[in-house]
Amino acid sequence: MKQYTSFFRIRFLAGLQYRAAAFAGVFTQLFWGLMELMMFRAFYLFAPEKLPMDMQALCSYVWIQQGTLSIWNLWGWEPALFQAVQTGEVAYELTRPTDLYAMWSARGFATRLSRGLPRLIPILIVGSLLPAPYGFRLTISFPTFCAFLFSMALTLWLCVSICLVCYSLTFYLTDYRGIITFVPALCEIFSGDLLPLPFFPPVLRRIAELSPFGSLQNVPLRIFGGNIAGAQLFGAVGLQLFWCLTVTVLGYSLMHRGLRRTVIAGG
Amino acid sequence: MKLYWKFFSIHLKSEMAYPASFFLSCVGRLLLTVSSLLGIGVMMWRFGSIGDYSAGEVLLGFGVVMTAFNLAECFARGFDAFGRIVRQGIFDRLMVRPRGLVFQVICQDMRMASMPNIVLGMLVTLYGAQTGGISWTFPKVLVLLSMVGCGSLLFFGAFLVYASLCFFTLEGLEIMNIFTDGIRTYSQYPFDIYGKGVLFFTTAIMPMAMVQYWPLQYLMGKGSSWYGLFPMLSLWFLIPCLLVWRLGVRHYASAGS
Repeated sequence: MKQYTSFFRIRFLAGLQYRAAAFAGVFTQLFWGLMELMMFRAFYLFAPEKLPMDMQALCSYVWIQQGTLSIWNLWGWEPALFQAVQTGEVAYELTRPTDLYAMWSARGFATRLSRGLPRLIPILIVGSLLPAPYGFRLTISFPTFCAFLFSMALTLWLCVSICLVCYSLTFYLTDYRGIITFVPALCEIFSGDLLPLPFFPPVLRRIAELSPFGSLQNVPLRIFGGNIAGAQLFGAVGLQLFWCLTVTVLGYSLMHRGLRRTVIAGG
Repeated sequence: MKLYWKFFSIHLKSEMAYPASFFLSCVGRLLLTVSSLLGIGVMMWRFGSIGDYSAGEVLLGFGVVMTAFNLAECFARGFDAFGRIVRQGIFDRLMVRPRGLVFQVICQDMRMASMPNIVLGMLVTLYGAQTGGISWTFPKVLVLLSMVGCGSLLFFGAFLVYASLCFFTLEGLEIMNIFTDGIRTYSQYPFDIYGKGVLFFTTAIMPMAMVQYWPLQYLMGKGSSWYGLFPMLSLWFLIPCLLVWRLGVRHYASAGS
């Protein structure tokens, strides 16, 4: 266990070094957040009664979405790992006395947290400077906040496991372009990235919420705004937990079956 | 021009050499557009219309910018990957050849995978034009064509500035995406729905509203016919873009190799 935690620490500290990238990221995400807010604002002013969410909840959704983007964005995976599987470089990793799945998971967690945490605070500060209902407001009870944090942690876990399934699939497909084309597109639509899921027509919304992608950002962001509460909250977090476990087991078995049949050709 | 088509056919052939890969990148680029369309579709399903715009009019505005963007991306892709051209010293080779630099960079790379998107963009524009309840006359059709044409030239100008900055920074600047991807994404709706500030910015600074919002007013019969000329006027934007480019070229010091 110790080797994984120290690997996590090394990667995390290394990731924190990229300050210019973090600064540029904050700036770009503020821009996207503001534009998205102005779009929703137009619809809100036009016909407030047709908005499926409370405006304040929607705005908090957008701010936390921008703030935590690099923690759960699926396209933040590492092309180097796809290439390692494709070219057979993965053989070097196999010579180490560690489990590949655990190592790459630790790497995923470290990269995401080191990219995400430095951006979170500045974005939320700027967000909270805006007037109500467009700004970011911390109007949340302590128990809900704990549920939000827990659900966010599950989102991170699920995101890392989905990435590992994708890396593992490369053992079977060799060519990973198909994966990096389709998976992020599906994720964009079904995870509530394109629009928060309550905006969708009922059938599409149901499909999205039950899919593994619907257990990503969708749940914590809506818990924060109070859009998911009470019994619904337990259901949604339970579904998240279910997908985390299923996807992790799936990724683990895919990887180990893939490794068993892999033949590394010389080099 | 003949030389250009020669390059064009070379690039087309080279991409067609790997049909599966070409197909996948086409699908990937299409998915991006389809998900934007889905976003508009969902919002229009829920709200029916936005401000003064019916769904058809929104789609018309979106289709125009989408077609323009993909045209620019297909032909001026060389500027997108310009950091590489500077870093690897390819630019040295271009400078010793007896042809214009901008022309040569355009010929360096073309993105054929944008083709299906151009077709989709045209279809969306046509659908919007049909359902938008606009009475089409010959001048209006001309205005529509100038919107697409000038729009793609504006994006071309933005790509040019993006590339020029590589002379100074060697690396493409993420922030510049605001002027290309940002503008493309938010042209989903006519620019005035984002408020006066955005409308001002997209009229006076990066004049995308000159090819979308203003002429759209004319097409819908809500504004003076002067607005129909705005796409042509917006081309002033290319002058500073070319100046920045010339400045960059003068500043260029070879990365060697």
